[in-house]
Amino acid sequence: MSGLDALYQQIILDHSKARHGSGLDTPAPAGAEAVSHQLNPVCGDEITLRAVVEGGRIRQLRWDGAGCAISMASASVLSDLAEGMELAEFGVLAGAFREMMRSRGKIEPDEEVLAEAAAFAGVSRYAARVKCAMLAWVAAEDAVGRASGGASG
Amino acid sequence: MAVASIPAALRRSADSLDDAEVLRIRNDFPVLGREVNGRPLIYLDSGATSQNPLSVLEAEQEFYEQRNAAVHRGAHHLAVEATEAFEDARQAVAAFVGARYEEIVWTSNATEAVNLLAYSFSNASLGRGGEAAARFALAPGDEIVATEMEHHANLIPWQELAARTGATFRYIPVDDDGALRMEEAAAIIGPRTKILAFTHASNVLGTVNPVPELVALARGAGALVVLDACQSAPHLPLDVKALDVDFAVFSGHKMLGPTGIGALYGRQELLDALPPFLTGGSMITKVTMEGAGYLPAPQRFEAGTQRISQAIALAAAVNYLRETGMERIHAWETALGRRLVEGLSAIDGVRVLGPAPGQERIGLAAFDVAGVHAHDVGQFLDDRGIAVRVGHHCAQPLHRRLGLTATTRASTYLYNTTAEIDAFLAAVSEVRGYFRAGE
Repeated sequence: MSGLDALYQQIILDHSKARHGSGLDTPAPAGAEAVSHQLNPVCGDEITLRAVVEGGRIRQLRWDGAGCAISMASASVLSDLAEGMELAEFGVLAGAFREMMRSRGKIEPDEEVLAEAAAFAGVSRYAARVKCAMLAWVAAEDAVGRASGGASG
Repeated sequence: MAVASIPAALRRSADSLDDAEVLRIRNDFPVLGREVNGRPLIYLDSGATSQNPLSVLEAEQEFYEQRNAAVHRGAHHLAVEATEAFEDARQAVAAFVGARYEEIVWTSNATEAVNLLAYSFSNASLGRGGEAAARFALAPGDEIVATEMEHHANLIPWQELAARTGATFRYIPVDDDGALRMEEAAAIIGPRTKILAFTHASNVLGTVNPVPELVALARGAGALVVLDACQSAPHLPLDVKALDVDFAVFSGHKMLGPTGIGALYGRQELLDALPPFLTGGSMITKVTMEGAGYLPAPQRFEAGTQRISQAIALAAAVNYLRETGMERIHAWETALGRRLVEGLSAIDGVRVLGPAPGQERIGLAAFDVAGVHAHDVGQFLDDRGIAVRVGHHCAQPLHRRLGLTATTRASTYLYNTTAEIDAFLAAVSEVRGYFRAGE
């Protein structure tokens, strides 16, 4: 696999098209909600993400955004994985994702924890693209944190 | 064997740059010989920063090896040599843009040069500089005019100056093709206009703006003209006197020089009347515990130890450009720019910003690939060893006006070959397929 194909895994290209969880006009279910807006000033990528938390779980994660294949695919995968998760479980997932993105390709992703998000391991070798992959996750940690009454991100 | 005379036709062809000569020029640029991702580097990001020929690298090294000393102070031998080299460099750069020696102020880059002006105008607005500086003072009711296509460096300092002084910031809009709407310019520039700041050549569109028309409007209104020459000084013959601008700014690293050096040109009587921005050592006449008197320009604006090796290296850069010939460089890059625009325009789903094929532009092209984000385009090209710029190119308002957030930009210089342009175009034609755009 070429360096480029390792970066743009099929899963990533698929999700960049499918954009699961995209659309803030979807009605929000009952629960505490918070919205986070994140901007990457380098490239202008942005995301607005809404989290609804109830009973210690993420009931819904919806987002709208514009950006590169990496940032859009990352938001799509995140939405798939995080919806329905217990808060503690989401904390472990987000922590593992952040650790992987900071690894510069030096650690093997834990697929048990990361599932489809492990496809972003290749991004960590491209320092300039780590922020693209992290954009939705930073928004999610912020929104989930505030919706669950914790410290904001 | 000596040739007594060369037929005129051959002499003309020998006068133009061609790929064979460009290949020889490339030997002077060590970095152009390297590989990226297993491919020969194709460097198409000179609009952001240019590469350095050996003569520039050697000039900087030679200074540190042989002459390193602070300038304009100390009577020892090295200090004298360093000062001479530093001031010779000023002379070389002044001559390169058609200015007089005293009219070139060293700055770190063009951004600092614009800020120097804006803060000096600010100081004049506070009454500093006395009667002589009153012409620079701004107050509520005055207007500063820029354009919608400006680089942030020639935009935000003016917005901030307006905010500090109570003056109004206005701008000349661009049309859908990114050209300045000159009929609007004529309506906007008027008796209230104190400063007109605009770029000579757009770093995004490649447009060359109509300097004479804009200067005429400013003169009619009694406004000062500030020209951003960042994308013109490196690429075309520039004569600030012929253009009749009051101030001009440019950056050394975009014209084969090192980072950390740039220049402000100002008409001498203006610079001598303008109060300083940065104050401190080396820019004073007499200092007491109550105040200080200031040297004339350019020293008035060069407080503290200067960027000596960088200035000397920039002089080596302009000498390299001068010896190669700015007319020839301009003609070559114009041809490369035409090849870029025509090639990109022929690729399905690619929209080139700025002047249409056949219209005047400098040797760069920014473009949008339908369905593929600029960052992904840049990543795809990088995999082929091709270096381009992606993003808003420090021109967010212009991108917003054109309905875009980010574009990809290929920008050429005297060391790029037609084969490089063709390899770039071939790679761009594969981008949409790779990312399955349009699915």
